[in-house]
Amino acid sequence: MQHDEVIWDIIGNKQFCSFKVKTKSQNFCRNEYNITGLCNRSSCPLANSQYATIREEKGQCFLYMKVIERAAFPARMWEKVKLSKNYEKALEQIDENLIYWPRFIRHKCKQRFTKITQYLIRMRKLVLKRQRKLVPLSRKVEQREKRKEEKALIAAQLDNAIEKELLERLKQGTYGDIYNFPIHAFDKALQQQDEDSESESEEEDEEEDEDVGKREFVAEEEVDESDLSDFEDMNKLRTSSDEEEEEEESSEEEEEMETKGSRSKGKSPANGAMVRKKRAYVEIEYEQDTEPASKSRSTS
Amino acid sequence: DHQGGHSSSTTSNPSLPKKTQQEEEDGAAQQTEQKPQRSEPAAASFPPTFSVSEIKNKQRRHLMFMKLKQEKRKQKMQLRKKRKKEREALGDKAPPKEVPKTIENQRVYDETTVDPDDEEVAFDEGTDEFSAYFNGLTNPKVLITTSDRPRGRTVKFCEQLATVIPNAHVYYRRGLALKRIIPQCVARDFTYLMVINEDRKVPNGLVLCHLPEGPTAHFKVSSVRLRKEMKRRGKDPTEHSPEVILNNFSTRLGHSIGRLLAALFPQNPHFVGRQVATFHNQRDFIFFRFHRYIFKNEKKVGIQELGPRFTLKLRSLQKGTFDSKFGEYEWVLKRHEMDSCRRKFQL
Repeated sequence: MQHDEVIWDIIGNKQFCSFKVKTKSQNFCRNEYNITGLCNRSSCPLANSQYATIREEKGQCFLYMKVIERAAFPARMWEKVKLSKNYEKALEQIDENLIYWPRFIRHKCKQRFTKITQYLIRMRKLVLKRQRKLVPLSRKVEQREKRKEEKALIAAQLDNAIEKELLERLKQGTYGDIYNFPIHAFDKALQQQDEDSESESEEEDEEEDEDVGKREFVAEEEVDESDLSDFEDMNKLRTSSDEEEEEEESSEEEEEMETKGSRSKGKSPANGAMVRKKRAYVEIEYEQDTEPASKSRSTS
Repeated sequence: DHQGGHSSSTTSNPSLPKKTQQEEEDGAAQQTEQKPQRSEPAAASFPPTFSVSEIKNKQRRHLMFMKLKQEKRKQKMQLRKKRKKEREALGDKAPPKEVPKTIENQRVYDETTVDPDDEEVAFDEGTDEFSAYFNGLTNPKVLITTSDRPRGRTVKFCEQLATVIPNAHVYYRRGLALKRIIPQCVARDFTYLMVINEDRKVPNGLVLCHLPEGPTAHFKVSSVRLRKEMKRRGKDPTEHSPEVILNNFSTRLGHSIGRLLAALFPQNPHFVGRQVATFHNQRDFIFFRFHRYIFKNEKKVGIQELGPRFTLKLRSLQKGTFDSKFGEYEWVLKRHEMDSCRRKFQL
């Protein structure tokens, strides 16, 4: 005799059921034959001697039925019926097999079958879509590459390389007549300078290769200022955030000239761009700089 | 005074180390320097030959070690000065300065390095897929897109790239398959398809596909700096076509990648715009920079960085359009073969 009530009394409420999973709000049943997945009096496959489920194997759905007549033969307890692939036909099959069964089980079987077919359809669709391939990264390798990249960046000296390339292109004349730098005149002037003092010009060339990037605060040179002031675009360049670059470059160039260095150190960043163009004012400002110092000395 | 010197340095130590130091003195005729025991040369400020590591007190040991280091540095400076004086004294007859070894100097010679006047290479380049651009027949048109569901950083990066590359359009991916996008692009006359792959909210890969049956290059992207993260940058780039600088692409593979990258930009740059895009290859890393330049005079040019910057590393080059499964790969980065030697580079 099958005593469902007693069984449910024991496993459902009082004692232990190995298939039961308890959470705060719900009890779940891990039994494979459970139709709803919850731990209920009507869904428990152990506590119901007449029970039916739908299970799927490799894309095929089966209807499993258990009746009380076979309760004594565990090996033959579950009757397995293969359902057709057609959704409506399968539903009819379920109806036909569970014809005089309780409403609850019939309803839940159909629900479960619907869910299963839906997820099978989605699986088939996903396989056709693009799948994301996960590639594992090795941390060592990534760190190594990062370090190599940093060192390569330092070795590349990008700014220098770009400037060199641009000057090369200017020399070769790819820009045509846009920039009218008097190339030949400059070369002649350079030759004359060479005749006068060889060492100075050599220093100039060397410095352009080596010292670009170093910062030295030195006084300004006459030649540069006249060139710069002729060039209209310099205004635009100065008003943009380019002042720092300019200061560096102009100061590099003047290394070989005598230094009024100490005085100009404080002067150039503070007074900004406008002062440089007009040479006369520069000298005046030297005097102004020293005046307050002398004043303070006199008072103290 | 030996003993006096010793006692001053070892006052807080037990007598045992003193004995061993004396033994060392006797034994150490030569002044060999090994890592655990450093015996000092007989300098004026030091008692001769005692090992710093024998001092038990950590602070004193540390002090002694610092002094030792200073001594060594002084001697090194003296040596250098001496050598410099000798060099100046000899004047022109001095032996030439030795060039320091760099990785670029020591690079393993690659057989596929291109000779500037190699005819075969010139012929190949004259007839490959990119010759149409370099002859001025077609103009590039670039489609920029991302992987699925891009985050803000990637989207901004795409937008900035689109401003840098003239005639570029950004489209959202929306889960479309690349193989389906490609025929549509070809139909609409695009010449390049650029897909920026994103991982953990950061762009990390780039697939550059040349469209009418062209090669596909897959790069790893790193150190992306957007425009607002750049220091001292200028205003936004204008619509003028920039010039292109390609540096250090020396091998055949390097040449083909260089041409691939150069064909992104139109062939007649607007010099009025004074913008230049640089692809600089250094040790197989391609650095991309975008600058505005200005010639101050004959010998000086000022550059100001606009635009995004990033570095690329080539991972694979495939013939034909994007097909990762059945494509024919011309070159694939094989880490175990290629990364084992530090002096061997591919590009």
